[in-house]
Amino acid sequence: MQGMFDAVARHRVLAALAVLAVLPFVAPSAALASLIVVMGLYALGFNLLFGYAGLLSFGHSALIGAGSYACGIAIVHFGWPWWAAILAGPAAGGLVALAMGLLAVRTRGIYFAMVTLALSQCVYYVALKAEAWTGGENGLRGVNLTTISLGFAEFSGIDPMTRYTLVASCAALGLAFVSRVLRSPFGAALSALRENEARARACGYDIDRIRLQAFVLSGMVSGLAGALYAIQLSVVPIETMHYAMSGMAVMMAILGGMNTFFGPFLGAAIFLAIENVGALWTEHWPLLAGGVFMACVLFFREGVWGTLLKRAMPR
Amino acid sequence: MILRTEGLGKSFRGFRALSGVTADFRAGQLTSIIGPNGAGKSTYFNLLTGAFPPSEGRILFEGRNITGTPQHRFAAMGIAKSFQITTVFPRLSVHENVRIACQALVSRHNIFRRADRLPGLADEADALLEKLGLIHVRGRAAGDLAHGEQRAVEIAMALAARPKLLLLDEPTAGMSPEETRDAMDLILRLAAERTVILVEHKMKLVMGISDRLLVLHHGELLAEGTPDEIRRHPEVRRVYLGTREA
Repeated sequence: MQGMFDAVARHRVLAALAVLAVLPFVAPSAALASLIVVMGLYALGFNLLFGYAGLLSFGHSALIGAGSYACGIAIVHFGWPWWAAILAGPAAGGLVALAMGLLAVRTRGIYFAMVTLALSQCVYYVALKAEAWTGGENGLRGVNLTTISLGFAEFSGIDPMTRYTLVASCAALGLAFVSRVLRSPFGAALSALRENEARARACGYDIDRIRLQAFVLSGMVSGLAGALYAIQLSVVPIETMHYAMSGMAVMMAILGGMNTFFGPFLGAAIFLAIENVGALWTEHWPLLAGGVFMACVLFFREGVWGTLLKRAMPR
Repeated sequence: MILRTEGLGKSFRGFRALSGVTADFRAGQLTSIIGPNGAGKSTYFNLLTGAFPPSEGRILFEGRNITGTPQHRFAAMGIAKSFQITTVFPRLSVHENVRIACQALVSRHNIFRRADRLPGLADEADALLEKLGLIHVRGRAAGDLAHGEQRAVEIAMALAARPKLLLLDEPTAGMSPEETRDAMDLILRLAAERTVILVEHKMKLVMGISDRLLVLHHGELLAEGTPDEIRRHPEVRRVYLGTREA
């Protein structure tokens, strides 16, 4: 058992690829599989800041939203090709994160959460009012990719399986990127600052700059998730920017296990499964989600994946 | 002269913790800063290591004014410290603790390389662990070690910066007599290779090993000199030795 978990930890990108490959066949639909991947990537990007840098942001809706709108606007208003529009996602997420981070990284704890929440509300308001670009309350419609051209071949963007393949491929790149970042010298600095800020500073690490860098990287990953979200839904709903989206990231990360690489991804899958399966039985499914979340916070502090990992470890 | 403070003072909300300390620290020597509790030793130490800026006065390191330099730059300048309260990265391995400290000089923000493939760092960390007698615990989580060993990890991390000047704040605080003896031996060995400044309130401990001593009292410099001079100093005898607390 432990050997299996060790292997997963060592080859986490390969393990992720394997999961992405089977997911559309075990999920009720390819569309739901796409959504799980998108939200999993979003939670992973959020957790780069939360789990690894120890910063609880309540403003990630602005980052996934910025990525979503950037991708949507690039397609709807400028007619960019699909790959350029997707790249606009991480670029926009990174830029918004840079602006927010410059103001927020000097604060700590609850103040950091409040500052990011306030800033994300500002961004929400801008998106709501810039109707000509964002569609305002109605959302940005018409983010349609009818054909996805790879140069040598063309695929129909309407087929759910093709869409899943596109979303999963981009998400895999995002996952590999985060995995790489965590194993880089910067990743080591990040773990140092999470473990002991005063000591990290004494070693010569510029804490505020490392926090800012983590925020920007987290924004880029969330922005990529946003772009994929827009493509999956063919529309950018204004709710993408709503602060409930920030809360969802926190929930998914804690549900799955914030101190693990895969935890947030699993958290997203559980959350969406409850939403989709639970909604078939009762319209009060959020109660179910809330109950599972409470159980996690009270009894499984390490989250679902974290608890599994711990059980597998030798005493 | 490696370090000099000129008229150094610090006030906290009107309370003068330290005032007008002008002192020189000679290169290659072991200088101890002593004084009873509340004498301003820790404040002085924190000013010297850049934990907070002084309210008045200047700090010169190798002739350069370093007053107000952010703390994270100190390591690169060649100044390293250990804290009064032991601070390691508790959940990381002993080896990773020291490797991260070594890495701080080379690479801090790079996201494209692999940390474990940075040339030389792993060997450098192991060499430091060897030197401090920690190599047998290199794989254990630093937080699981005994107090004395954690102190040694901390010193290994300070040495990773290859400091010209090493500042130690009460390095034997909370140690058993046996651990204290080992720590003092270690400090003597370290002092043979670089300038060391030691803050300590147990006077007996440092009398035998220091080249020079500074005595602080009520936030001011009371005396400075060789151990013999300090022992004979009438004011020091009155406020410090006379109390028999040492």
